[in-house]
Amino acid sequence: MQRFVLGKKNQITLISAVLIAVAFISKLGFKNDDVFHWALIAASILGIVPIAIQAFQALKVKVVSIDVLVTIAVTGAFFIKNFEESAIVSFLFLFGAYLEQRTLNKTRSAIKELTEMAPESALKQMENGEFREVEVDEVDVGDILLVKTGAKVPVDGTVMSGEGYINEASITGESVPVNKKANSGVYAGTILENGTIQIVADRVGEDTTFGKIIELVEEAQDSKSEAERFIDRFSKYYTPAVLLLAIIVWLFSKDIELAITILVLGCPGALVIGVPVSNVAGIGNGARHGVLLKGSEVIQDFSKVDAIVFDKTGTLTIGNPKVADTQYYTDNVDEVLNCLASVESESDHPLAKAVVEYIGDTKLFTVENTDVVKGGGIVAAVNNQRVAVGNVALMEKENVYLSDKVREDIARFEKKGNSLVLTSIDGELKVLMGIRDQIRPGVKEDLRKLKKMGVKDLIVLSGDNQGTVDLVASELGLTEAHGNMLPADKSAYIEKLKAKGKIVAFVGDGVNDSPSLALADIGIAMGSGTDVAIETSDVVLMNSDFSRLPVALGLTKAIANNMLQNIIIAVGVVLVLLAGVFFSEWMNMSIGMLAHEASILVVILNSMRLLRYKLR
Amino acid sequence: MQKAVIQLETLTCPSCMQKIHNAVKSVEGVDKDSIKVLFNSSKVKLEFDSEKVSIENIENAITALGYEVKKSQIKAR
Repeated sequence: MQRFVLGKKNQITLISAVLIAVAFISKLGFKNDDVFHWALIAASILGIVPIAIQAFQALKVKVVSIDVLVTIAVTGAFFIKNFEESAIVSFLFLFGAYLEQRTLNKTRSAIKELTEMAPESALKQMENGEFREVEVDEVDVGDILLVKTGAKVPVDGTVMSGEGYINEASITGESVPVNKKANSGVYAGTILENGTIQIVADRVGEDTTFGKIIELVEEAQDSKSEAERFIDRFSKYYTPAVLLLAIIVWLFSKDIELAITILVLGCPGALVIGVPVSNVAGIGNGARHGVLLKGSEVIQDFSKVDAIVFDKTGTLTIGNPKVADTQYYTDNVDEVLNCLASVESESDHPLAKAVVEYIGDTKLFTVENTDVVKGGGIVAAVNNQRVAVGNVALMEKENVYLSDKVREDIARFEKKGNSLVLTSIDGELKVLMGIRDQIRPGVKEDLRKLKKMGVKDLIVLSGDNQGTVDLVASELGLTEAHGNMLPADKSAYIEKLKAKGKIVAFVGDGVNDSPSLALADIGIAMGSGTDVAIETSDVVLMNSDFSRLPVALGLTKAIANNMLQNIIIAVGVVLVLLAGVFFSEWMNMSIGMLAHEASILVVILNSMRLLRYKLR
Repeated sequence: MQKAVIQLETLTCPSCMQKIHNAVKSVEGVDKDSIKVLFNSSKVKLEFDSEKVSIENIENAITALGYEVKKSQIKAR
């Protein structure tokens, strides 16, 4: 019976709306007071039933909910024969709840879209070698799965065979398809746009990157900041307090009308819902655009950030050294490069890798008598020629003549922050290469946006030498740069900033900087979907995309603002209504209920603006 | 102890959370400190002792309040 009534709430709301309409038409149109009364009595009884059931259930578990206040108020109005009030208030309450549900679903839509991307089925290889469709829950680690064109990758895994292009937008926010072949890692929830692959399951269910993101976002949207916990505690005592106040007013004034009006006006309404709706809409927007915000405390802190501290390698720079400048001292460039590539292929030094990558696919000669000179480079024999590849010290040791012109070039290259690789063949210098880590494209513009949004200090900390760090800082317009720093020095530096009363964010790659990430008020990880990054930080920028940082800051500022607006609206409405009771003639229950329901809708609609928020 | 995630119909009023929380808390065998009612994702997460209480009993405590349970997932831990 109870379930039946609650299940038919929408129909009940509609019927009571029709009854109220009939009542007023017959009174105003046909001057028929009998129909007016009976229609309103019917609407009151019909409307109060579902509310009373909810109130009863709440009391059973010792909660004084809004339903309790409304039930008492409507019953009171009914007994003093104010059927107009009892019918309209119960209708408005039901109708408000209906609209609330509809609009709330909108604010949650962003996150819902995300969870709906979760894969549901998989093609699993059975014992007889055939693939059969199974529920994704039935897939275990080590199972072999087939993914066809257009299908979702069901679990995190490794490609065994086949090739294809995968859209990883659900994990990285980046919708350009990525090529996958044997031994590539694939992620649950991503979509195979073309090709067919067979994968072996590495992580399943909640352990997959996608599962973790969903869990994190779901927990985040319901996590509470200090302010929210205060409102929660407040509303726990607030509703019973309103009830008590109404009883006191009734005892002293013997005015039932006034007492029940206070019950309705005192409903907490928009206050309780204002902050959570901003939260859910904002976090949902972020999740859709590659910014994971871990809860509303993080939002409050980050929106007020004073100083952002950056790790250099892998954060401001790509973390992958490349050949940036070259100077040849020979006409036979191709042959020299072939020799150089042949020798460097023998080494796995980062600079050697950069050189090999720069030269690309080429003819390789046989290399003999390879000799690694510690702190210098490599000397080897290629085609009966003595080839030396390394730094200036190695060249001097090999008695290679460096002309004034060459020395000028070397000075120029070093000034740009390059590491040098010189190549000599048979004691003659052939080529000078400058290798340096590249600054991420667009970082300068992103940093400018952060400054414009009011971040005063932009600081880089790095283990590299001071010269290189200074160079990066001046190129990017950072306010401070500190080199030669070990991870422990970095966290000490952050401690110092915090002691000065600043709100500090640290941006790092999440692996070797975890102490700093944890210590900063806001730890921001440039995660390419790695577990460590997701777990240790407060904000995750998916796909290591630096350009999401200003987006994240702008978004948190917008969310914090939105929450404040909602609180002002909610408190303002209660104050105006209470003032209305004591200082005006026109205030009654119906107007009070209308104002409450309207304010609830206003805060929900206001928070919905966050779904469309974009950084300009 | 087993861990359960119970998916409910869409929750609309924050006071629902308090009701559901109190109702689940009063079920014998549920770890009272583990209960989390997630308003926005309309989920209840909790740990319970499967020797003392079944998941159906917990679901019934919620449906008795008038909230529909869509599905429950249980994981041993």
